[in-house]
Amino acid sequence: MRMAPADAATAAARPMPEPRQETAPAARTPDLMAPRPFTVERVTRDVSDTFTLELRPLEGPPLAFQPGQFTMLYLFGVGEVAISVSGDPDRPERLVQTIRAVGPVTRAMTALKPGAVVGVRGPFGRPWPCAEIEGRDVVVVAGGVGLAPLRPAILHVLARRGQYGKVALLCGARTPKDILFRRDLRRWGGRLDTSVAVTVDRASAGWHGQVGVVTKLIGHAPFDPEEAAALVCGPEIMIRYTVQALNDRGVSLDRIYVSMERNMKCAVGFCGHCQFGGSFVCRDGPVFRFDRIADRFAVREL
Amino acid sequence: MTGETHGLDRILARHPFFDGMPEGYRVLIQGCAANAVVKAGDYVYREGEPADRFYLIREGRVALEVYVPGRKPIVVDTLGSNELMNWSWLLPPYRCHFDARALELTRLITLDAVCLRAKMDEDPVLGYAVYKRFAPVVAARLAAARRQLTDMYGAPGS
Repeated sequence: MRMAPADAATAAARPMPEPRQETAPAARTPDLMAPRPFTVERVTRDVSDTFTLELRPLEGPPLAFQPGQFTMLYLFGVGEVAISVSGDPDRPERLVQTIRAVGPVTRAMTALKPGAVVGVRGPFGRPWPCAEIEGRDVVVVAGGVGLAPLRPAILHVLARRGQYGKVALLCGARTPKDILFRRDLRRWGGRLDTSVAVTVDRASAGWHGQVGVVTKLIGHAPFDPEEAAALVCGPEIMIRYTVQALNDRGVSLDRIYVSMERNMKCAVGFCGHCQFGGSFVCRDGPVFRFDRIADRFAVREL
Repeated sequence: MTGETHGLDRILARHPFFDGMPEGYRVLIQGCAANAVVKAGDYVYREGEPADRFYLIREGRVALEVYVPGRKPIVVDTLGSNELMNWSWLLPPYRCHFDARALELTRLITLDAVCLRAKMDEDPVLGYAVYKRFAPVVAARLAAARRQLTDMYGAPGS
């Protein structure tokens, strides 16, 4: 459903959509498990432990994706990991993936240079409901590397800015050195139609920005809580506090979407490694409408 | 810091601190209030100084810093428009806990804590009204500080 911003007054009455199912494993080609070879065209070191790969298929069409989807990235001879697509969904020619080096595969990927070949499966998973929330204010809350899977949604929204109400981007990071996509944040913050706020958990006196938990930004951000939809991604503890703060301000749980992280292996809903209660995060997520998972989210060790 | 007193009534009436406060109390507190402007880089107060004032930030941003010998000061929090600053005035020994440095030109209302403490001692209903406005601030800062302690963006398994 598309709505002009003028219709925003009626937006609150609409039932909130579930993230669309983008992958229907049974209906797709049988080579879901076969990676396509992609060449590394560019490697950018973003922050100390995080880097971005720009990939191009060796042959065949580019990898079209929806904001919030992920791929399975295969470092031949080492292993395969689920990585969020962080590029512009309107420019799929290059597949852009942002990776935090935290495990054996992702650490080995830090050695990738332009010209190297990696395998790609996907894209997989339910995306952010960018089209469905047209007509609403949009508040994006990102914690740390959680900004990576939100970047395509932000680019999608800003490329269709007139279709949305107020747009607020709220980012938290550990220290000023850990702020991801600084150039993007500066560019987005320079727009007169978008509010960008960044806060860090700790800083020394050379930092002139805000210090404090990311939830502190929610109280002051310019959006109408009755009209807003929120897209949230970050560590689970940050999601918990953020959902609570958004809800305290008046954003109902059915207007809060979160992207969950679990140990994805097959990515097509068969193997069960990413099970989250009654859902598989690869197939039923990674983006969930929060009211649908609120009960499970409160269960520890799930 | 430079001070002025005119227009305070209007400014205080609009500040969220006074939401729901009987006008009589607002006028009483206004008797302890003054306007102030702090330039970027200047300190509003320093750690260990007597907490004989507290502040309502009208506009601007202030960093709360801890001085560390041999290192740059550590910023533990930043406060902005409409926030309360320096709750140390409420509790003995009435000493400021941090250095407060303006990050940009900041307009403040300063409130004379010594004067207000005396008025609160005389009128516990006023004291309760003020405590009711400070307790949530202190609780929220404590919760936020504890969340910062979790190092939530740290690498998994670290």
